[in-house]
Amino acid sequence: MEKKSEISIVLSGAAGQGIQAVEHILTRVAKDSGFHVFATKEYMSRVRGGNNSTEIRISSQPVKAYVDRIDILVPLNDNAIERLRSRITDETLILGEKRYVEKEKNSIGLMLEEIAESFGNKIYENSVAIGVLAGIINADENALVNNIRAYFLKKSEEVVKANINAALKGYEIGKSLGLKFEITPSEEVKKQYLLNGSEAVAKGAIAGGCNFISSYPMSPATTVFTELSRLSRQHGILVDQAEDEIAAANMAIAAWYAGARAMVSTSGGGFALMTEAISLSGMIETPIVVHLGQRPGPATGLPTRTEQGDLNLVLYAGHGDFPRIIYAPGNLCEAYELGARAFNMADKYQVPVFVLTDQYFLDSFYNVDEMPQAKIERYIIKTDENYKRYALTDDGISPRGIPGYGKGLVRVDSDEHDEYGHITESAEVRRKMVEKRLKKMEKILQDAVPPKLFGSEDYKYLIVTWGSTQLIVREALERLGKKDVAMLHFSQVYPVPPIAENYFKKAEKIIFLEQNAIGQFANLIKLTFDGVDTRRRILKYDGFPFSVEQVVEAISKEVE
Amino acid sequence: MSSAFDPKIYDIPDADIAWCPGCGNFGIINELKTALAQLQLDPTQVVLVSGIGQAAKMPQYVKANMFNGLHGRSLPAAVAIKMVNPNLVVIAESGDGCTYGEGGNHFIHTIRKNPDITNIVHDNQIYGLTKGQASPTTARGQVTTLQFDGVMVDPFNPIAVAVALDASFVARSFSGNFQLTVELIKMAIKHKGYALIDILQPCVTFNKVNTYQWYRENTYLLPDSYDPTDRQAAFKIATDNSKLALGVIYVNPNKPVYEEQLAPYENDKTPVALRGLEV
Ligand SMILES: Cc1ncc(C[n+]2csc(CCOP(=O)(O)OP(=O)(O)O)c2C)c(N)n1
Ligand code: SF4
Repeated sequence: MEKKSEISIVLSGAAGQGIQAVEHILTRVAKDSGFHVFATKEYMSRVRGGNNSTEIRISSQPVKAYVDRIDILVPLNDNAIERLRSRITDETLILGEKRYVEKEKNSIGLMLEEIAESFGNKIYENSVAIGVLAGIINADENALVNNIRAYFLKKSEEVVKANINAALKGYEIGKSLGLKFEITPSEEVKKQYLLNGSEAVAKGAIAGGCNFISSYPMSPATTVFTELSRLSRQHGILVDQAEDEIAAANMAIAAWYAGARAMVSTSGGGFALMTEAISLSGMIETPIVVHLGQRPGPATGLPTRTEQGDLNLVLYAGHGDFPRIIYAPGNLCEAYELGARAFNMADKYQVPVFVLTDQYFLDSFYNVDEMPQAKIERYIIKTDENYKRYALTDDGISPRGIPGYGKGLVRVDSDEHDEYGHITESAEVRRKMVEKRLKKMEKILQDAVPPKLFGSEDYKYLIVTWGSTQLIVREALERLGKKDVAMLHFSQVYPVPPIAENYFKKAEKIIFLEQNAIGQFANLIKLTFDGVDTRRRILKYDGFPFSVEQVVEAISKEVE
Repeated sequence: MSSAFDPKIYDIPDADIAWCPGCGNFGIINELKTALAQLQLDPTQVVLVSGIGQAAKMPQYVKANMFNGLHGRSLPAAVAIKMVNPNLVVIAESGDGCTYGEGGNHFIHTIRKNPDITNIVHDNQIYGLTKGQASPTTARGQVTTLQFDGVMVDPFNPIAVAVALDASFVARSFSGNFQLTVELIKMAIKHKGYALIDILQPCVTFNKVNTYQWYRENTYLLPDSYDPTDRQAAFKIATDNSKLALGVIYVNPNKPVYEEQLAPYENDKTPVALRGLEV
């Protein structure tokens, strides 16, 4: 049998059993060995117990998407196998503690607990398992030792040694199993970083000059909030855990008013409360950047699962007419770039800007090169005595001052107002102000991030995606290997970049692929362009991400 | 800088004031401008933050920076502005409905945070702008334009709540008492930390119970001998409903100020707002 250059390992067990630790260490061991890595997790909404799983792909080639295939399943408790039964095939090897796996056809039972105990404690079991897996992929021994050491750094030297020895024992066993995996290392990968979606959004925000975050915790968006808080000292970020989302959003807008670059990080349920502040931002033309990590709704929905179901919410949040910008990054680089860009665009146009991600995106990670360059563009002016906050200009953008910087007064009002910010009920002023606010849309469209085409220019079939599904569909199309199928991915979903129409016109058949129940983006395209056929839709809304295999199958049915 | 400012520097000459003749808000606006003038505060250094309501229109009529946001949301906005630029004098000003009703959660948590802001509440014990419904401070039994059978719930006691939350400065005033209100506003602005002044304000149009006369008869001035740092005494005064005390009811001078504890100000006092700008 030919040796395989790629492996998909799935670990499954209860919350609190240490799956996270295995994921953390093993992915780093693999990367430091020069292997490409991708990992993603799914978890239940509970702190202890239940059943969670992590998928780790390790490969000679870049891997950046979720697959159904399991090459090695490592169950960490008795119900793990049953929960993943549908994904187990004849090819799947089940490896783990003897009593969990012995009834399975294709399994290797190990005495992990016993081995751990021989080094002093049953809890070293996970280190043995990490070692076995590292041995199977023929990882670098030093990388294994270093990462175990780094992980247990704060523990006593005795505990560190025991874990290392337990892992080395596992490593030896793993190698001796003689499995057919041979993953080729690359020097380049060793120098790269492992980054997840949350870190990419947070670091992008910092690159865009974010210096204020107010939020109220809600999965899966809390991780971005946490990351910015962790970095607050290093980057001079003001952090406030607000009493609720209403406060958080009003704070972020007021922070921009006073001269900060502020963001909130929330999920659909939390954002629902922020919608009143979005129309405030629209009316007082004071920016806000919203990171929204989507999860399935309505209401509390599936708190720890994934969906692309909140596009309509952000598209229509707030009452009245005013412009906004919505980004939905498709990969880590885009998350970083658009995270930064959100701040520059918010500052430039004085409108709310959204960065839409989801649980799958935030919790997935892979090895990346340096992030692209991003620079901070600030548009604040020093005011003079005659400063008018809402001066009427040709492009609708009034120079924005901040209080205490210059001789002018900065006066904003949520009521309809004149150029000075004073309440008015004049029909004429009202009309002019509405037009001024909407006028910005022309320039916003010129600044639109165009959709990206993947695959041949000579396509017959066009798969249309947005946000987090980008890399899953790309891998699916590579597997499908059909020259006449291409993919158009939108990382700016609103306003829809006008250039998109050209791509639609060229296609014989357009197929929208979205992780929601009604095709919210397809509906937006229908609304934007007359005559684009948006009827074909591949939709998934069970809370779990599309897998590469599911996409291959679904697309195969649509193309000849 | 001249030795005293003329309160007129805060006037907006052609302001179209939307208050009813005789409204208690007129007293408060004069008191506020006088206090700002006596403190010699330059209008560019002051930010008035308000929600929505008759009282919340105040910043419209005062020449200073203004953030007139949403109903109930003056406090979160004020806290953020102070965090971003601690050099500014930030005054959150709104009605009793706006601050204690729609903004009740913010009222509680802003006191807990203790930012260095002044919170002036125009307490007319009624909703003015929406035409006479009960506010959180309307008395039980009072008949209103909505509560035809009289209010059926006990009123909210902002002073007692603030003392219970160990607010760093708690005072009550009456808009008809010019001198007292000016002094209390000045003290509140100078106080380091969150300062609440609940100002009793007659609504001549919709509240026919709590009139100028009623407030004069039902309030008393705290004596000079009163020690506002005594929390137990403050509680007693705050919960005594027979007569309403005016003056500084409670002070806790030892509370850390919120924005001063934040990481960006640990080694650098430059306001975050001004960093990277040519000052
Ligand atoms: C979210 C929201 N709900 C309701 C209103 C309508 N509203 C405007 S002012 C007000 C009450 C104001 O009462 P108060 O704060 O006591 O101020 P007053 O007018 O008495 O000075 C209400 C309910 C609003 N503007 N926004
Ligand atoms: S309605 Fe009442 S509070 Fe409003 S302006 Fe008239 S008197 Fe004053």
